[in-house]
Amino acid sequence: MIRIVLPAHLRVLAKVDGEVSLDVKGEATQRNVLDALEARYPTLRGTIRDHVTFVRRPFVRFYACEEDLSNEPLDEPLPRAVAEGSEPLLVVGAMSGG
Amino acid sequence: MSSVRVLVGTRKGAFVLSSDGTRQKWNVDGPHFGGWEIYHVKGSPADPNRLYASQTSGWFGQIMQRSDDGGKTWTTVDNKFVYDGPTGPHLWYDGTPHPWEFKRVWHLEPSKSDPDTVYAGAEDAALFRTTDGGKSWHEMPGLRTHPSAPQWQPGAGGMCLHTIIQDPANAKRMYVAISAAGAFRSDDGGISWNPINRGLRSAQIPDQDAEVGHCVHRLAMHPSRPNTLFMQKHWDVMRTDDAGENWREVSGNLPSDFGFPIEVHAHEPETVYVIPIKSDSEHYPPDSKLRVYRSRTGGGEWEALTKGLPQRDCYVNVLRDATSSDALDPFGLYFGTTGGQVYASNDAGDTWNAIVHDLPAVLSVEVQTLS
Repeated sequence: MIRIVLPAHLRVLAKVDGEVSLDVKGEATQRNVLDALEARYPTLRGTIRDHVTFVRRPFVRFYACEEDLSNEPLDEPLPRAVAEGSEPLLVVGAMSGG
Repeated sequence: MSSVRVLVGTRKGAFVLSSDGTRQKWNVDGPHFGGWEIYHVKGSPADPNRLYASQTSGWFGQIMQRSDDGGKTWTTVDNKFVYDGPTGPHLWYDGTPHPWEFKRVWHLEPSKSDPDTVYAGAEDAALFRTTDGGKSWHEMPGLRTHPSAPQWQPGAGGMCLHTIIQDPANAKRMYVAISAAGAFRSDDGGISWNPINRGLRSAQIPDQDAEVGHCVHRLAMHPSRPNTLFMQKHWDVMRTDDAGENWREVSGNLPSDFGFPIEVHAHEPETVYVIPIKSDSEHYPPDSKLRVYRSRTGGGEWEALTKGLPQRDCYVNVLRDATSSDALDPFGLYFGTTGGQVYASNDAGDTWNAIVHDLPAVLSVEVQTLS
């Protein structure tokens, strides 16, 4: 079971409170986790990554285990602690504003 | 008794303001989609309880919302806006080619006859349409692939398609306007388009009367005179009486002919309203006085309407989609400001009251007249 923490705006869109837990088919990679997330919550399609190219939106970041995984390859395995569910994958809206 | 519903899009959510036909006491509902930019909310003329909203965010992109109960509840609908076919370049700010990229929906124009059909004007400029109530959106690519498109260039706000007008007398005829490409007309239901910018002059482009490249801010039409359009351009207020084939300036005695919105009286096709702004580098009213200007002569001669509007120390702007009108008699006119006020007049502009003072910056205002 993969645990995901979404930013507040996306929790509202997905109509969830707190963390999301997902069964992910295959290896726990960014691509597989996001595929599973969007399949469970279709309203999140296009909000984290592009509909067609699957490129991460520029102001969205992925953190886990105190590491920034945003620029890791999509098919790279996520840290073991994320794959095992002991640590969440954090989807974060980048800090900006005035 | 009739009533009115004012749909307000702001930088931080949508608000629904409602009143009976006297338009004196208002109920304020919102924010809906708090924290998100709501570029536009508009209701279907064919089913006034069917509303559509464009919800956007620099972080999370485009979301589309639909309501079937006049804005009480909302459902997320499809947000996949993909250009149909190869996307060539347009000009970037520095004059270099830049690939077309979808950023957001600026304007929604529901069909006059079918609540499931809506046109959407996008940045980078393109026209999309749904015919299934928002379950899917498809580009009408004839506009974006016009031979002049590689010469289109964004204005400071982006290269946005912000105005869509359906000709009430001819279902095949539509108008759109793009900053900073100009105005375009289709006579075949949106399949093909031609620029209609003859008569416009813009000092900001190398060829001042070029076929395209003009920063048109807004078009307005009275339904009884579909060949007459009024335009607020970056500078200049313009008019055509031959469906855009030729334009002439009607700025007349305005204190500034820069501005964003333009509106036509619901019952008087020669009565037009603009809200002058000092300049393109100072987006606030001339002399720090917020004044609506009304022409009862189809342009040329303008009178200032000031009662109830701030006449000192006012530095707000009124954006291109932030005026609207009702269809009641006496005629009601509405506008929202970047300072978060929504002003209403229930006497054709003679006097004004703020329905609300302290909303987030207002991006759009649409009014529904309900019976």
